[in-house]
Amino acid sequence: MVNDRQKRVRNFSIIAHIDHGKSTLADRLIQKTGLLTEREMKEQVLDNMDLERERGITIKLQTTRLIYKANDGNEYIFNLIDTPGHVDFNYEVSRSLAACEGALLVVDAAQGVEAQTLANVYLAIDQDLEIVPVINKIDLPSARPDEVKREVEDLIGLDCEDAPLISAKDGINIDDVLENIVQKIPAPKGSKDDPLKALIFDSFYDSYKGVIAYIRVMEGTIKQGMKIQLMSTGKKFEVTEVGIMAPQKVAIDQLSAGDVGYVTASMKNVRDAKVGDTITDALKPTEKPLPGYKNVVSMVYCGIYPAEGEEYNNVRDALEKLQVNDAALVFEPETSIALGFGFRCGFLGLLHMEIIQERLEREFDLSIITTAPSVIYKIKKSDGTEILIQNPTNLPEPSETEYMEEPIVNLNIMSPTEYVGAIMDLCQKRRGIFKDMKYLEETRVSINYEMPLNEVIYDFFDALKSKTRGYASMDYELKGYKRSKLVKLDILINKELVDAFSLIVHEETAYERGRVITEKLKDVIPRHQFSIPIQASIGSKIIARETVRALKKDVLAKCYGGDITRKKKLLEKQKEGKKRMRQVGNVEVPQEAFLTVLKYDEN
Amino acid sequence: MKEVAIYIHIPFCESKCYYCDFCSYSNQDNIVDKYLKYLKIEIDIYSHILKDYVVKTIFIGGGTPSYIDAKYILDIFNYLNKRLKLHNAMEISIEINPKTLNKEKLTVYKDVGINRLSLGVQSLDDTILSKLGRIHTKKDFLETYRLLRNNGFNNINVDIMFNLPNQSIKDVINTLNEVISLDVEHISYYSLKIEEGTDFYQMNKRSQLPLPNEDEERLMYHKGIELLEDSRYKHYEISNFAKKGYECKHNMFYWTVKPYIGIGLSAHSNINQQRYGNTGSFKDYFNDLDNLKLPVTHREIIDKATEMSEYMILGLRLIDGIKKNNFKDRFGIDINKVFEDKLKMLHSKSLLINNSHTVKLTTKGLDLSNRVFMELL
Repeated sequence: MVNDRQKRVRNFSIIAHIDHGKSTLADRLIQKTGLLTEREMKEQVLDNMDLERERGITIKLQTTRLIYKANDGNEYIFNLIDTPGHVDFNYEVSRSLAACEGALLVVDAAQGVEAQTLANVYLAIDQDLEIVPVINKIDLPSARPDEVKREVEDLIGLDCEDAPLISAKDGINIDDVLENIVQKIPAPKGSKDDPLKALIFDSFYDSYKGVIAYIRVMEGTIKQGMKIQLMSTGKKFEVTEVGIMAPQKVAIDQLSAGDVGYVTASMKNVRDAKVGDTITDALKPTEKPLPGYKNVVSMVYCGIYPAEGEEYNNVRDALEKLQVNDAALVFEPETSIALGFGFRCGFLGLLHMEIIQERLEREFDLSIITTAPSVIYKIKKSDGTEILIQNPTNLPEPSETEYMEEPIVNLNIMSPTEYVGAIMDLCQKRRGIFKDMKYLEETRVSINYEMPLNEVIYDFFDALKSKTRGYASMDYELKGYKRSKLVKLDILINKELVDAFSLIVHEETAYERGRVITEKLKDVIPRHQFSIPIQASIGSKIIARETVRALKKDVLAKCYGGDITRKKKLLEKQKEGKKRMRQVGNVEVPQEAFLTVLKYDEN
Repeated sequence: MKEVAIYIHIPFCESKCYYCDFCSYSNQDNIVDKYLKYLKIEIDIYSHILKDYVVKTIFIGGGTPSYIDAKYILDIFNYLNKRLKLHNAMEISIEINPKTLNKEKLTVYKDVGINRLSLGVQSLDDTILSKLGRIHTKKDFLETYRLLRNNGFNNINVDIMFNLPNQSIKDVINTLNEVISLDVEHISYYSLKIEEGTDFYQMNKRSQLPLPNEDEERLMYHKGIELLEDSRYKHYEISNFAKKGYECKHNMFYWTVKPYIGIGLSAHSNINQQRYGNTGSFKDYFNDLDNLKLPVTHREIIDKATEMSEYMILGLRLIDGIKKNNFKDRFGIDINKVFEDKLKMLHSKSLLINNSHTVKLTTKGLDLSNRVFMELL
């Protein structure tokens, strides 16, 4: 039975390609519904990590309740569940979408449909959501709303006749969006009297309240004092508080079918409230849990090491804390000869990896060194067994290897036509196999390639951006594995193999990579009292070599009374730089050297 | 009575050389008079601080001290005599640009007791001199030098630079040979360093400065040392050479970390466990002294550990290095106890000699002295 209150609930997400104005629209909705005064409103309320605000992206999903008085005279409850925009975070997108009945699809009136617009729309369609298109940024001189509407209709098949044409930035036509939400997005179903069935779509640890689970109640009612059960573990807890996000947490009496809110139940461990799990009434349990989510799979791995050995425990603590809210992050201890004790970490994709690295450095104030990213390779050994490796140092000897397989992705790139040549050139160099190309309109194309993931993770996105002046967008999905001629490229510094530099690369690109890396290392490794050979090798074969010349002079010619303070400062700076270096044999290697293998300079 | 060295800074020049990053100004002749008045205020303040000290050396540096009128030098020395306790066998040096000297100035210098003259010559190649922005020629130098000798000055230093743009090893050896043939008492032999904020820095950034490469630079240094030592100059500090008994006593105060006071713009002092530096701005200098305040902008407290490490990094600039018993006398602790690991490590890298009485740099250590000092900080 749907009651009157429930009829006036709307649960929705906003989906968009990165930078199309999702967070700005969210802010505008919050402001329009009077939740916050102008003064309280920082730009983009929902992106609350500094990093998110800086990069203009949303990483963690956020949720807020809004009250909207519609043209029909009724007050509606909007539960807005913000979603991350980036391809790496599809998993999180699908989590938030599962808690909704509808989604606003925001499309930039100047840029039109982009690769991630499509990816996100498909996720919403998978969840059976009502999709409301919104054309944003009509204030831009380059806006072409009518064409973009047609694009949305042609490419996605959504009716755009009534699509609000807005400028979230300037607050134009926001009312139109609010009315569309009321009219087009269905009210939630489910009865408040049925046995409780609530989906956990996010959870995190709060040092005061314990685990806080964000839930969408599908059936029944949840309130304080009630005994609940987590269906995947069978664990039981007593509810200590339920409430809504406004967006600050406000405790209320109960949440019932259709509502979105939070629950605390003195759960000590975040694993007790696993995202995707179903909460039910311990005394009157529901029969079947909700479908939940598929487990995330790490696609990209890298080693993360403390820049200073004594920070090892702090890095571990920080990774654990991040993992609490980020089920997609996996890690285990590993050791490197060059870098000492550290962790092998798995990520959803490259952006996810970068975000974690930056969060470790900023939020936890850690100085870390990362090794080159790697994907998971399948190796068929001569003895018939198959192993998976993601750390180049674990690659068996070529003599023990029958063949290797590497992950291949379907790569979709959307771009203005003028960059097609550059894109194809880039994809070719990265071992891409051209699949097809479609004109989205006269001046824009969608290009599909099949490409080894191994090539995508080395700086591909940056290269694409720079070759298309930032106009191209891309998305990829795992297609499967393919046999490939791969070799392990090692780097030797002063004749010693430095494991942290090892890479798995395609045979044909090995020479080029070896040359580029040795050249770059030559520039970043400081001169020592002796000359230092830097070599790239495949097995025992040296394929590239550079030499860091011996240092002949490091001296201050003059030092009198007035010079001491300043010259001591110079020496201290020099000493500080030296302290941050890694000892590899008798060579001191600066941290930036480890970055050289991360970047694949196209030029 | 404790001994102290006094440095007085004269920040005026006829024109600024392209490599110079010292505190000096051209076209400021109108404030010379005022500046010299304020120097006296600063000396006043120090007359209290230096109650228990006797002044052993005075060094008038710049800028170009020989650029300003002789009456100012006379005035300052009269004042120093009045306000401070001066030792009766002081070393008193002044820096001279060969183009700026005349008989009158020289007479005054002699009268006030200046007994050591330091000539900024840099090179005896007129093409190179003009490229450095020097205002004098080789001829100016030779004439000035004769004038000094004729007036009985018998302790003369000549500054020579190497590693100069377009300079060959032959050029620099020629200059050295000519200076040596004059039988000067002291030679400072510096490698040009490109300092930020100079014209050379800008030119170098635009690759317009054809400097010798590192191998050539080191060859210039070591060939220079060879030649000077063969000519009976003792190499006594990284860049300094002297005939026996003519080492610069004033500079030895710096290298052996004895108390010194710097008076004037941007001058530095090291006394009573503190090192501090004066402002480089005329305005602040005048303002502070108007309020009878030392015009200090930064001050560092030198605790014992800092003092020990400074004693090492300055002392090791001296070719004879540090006498272990001097260290022990001064700090009451064995040098090996404090720096044992570092000394061992530096010895193993052939940068340092560590025998029973002395710690000193090897030849390689001279080339890489920063590597040594860095470890001892």
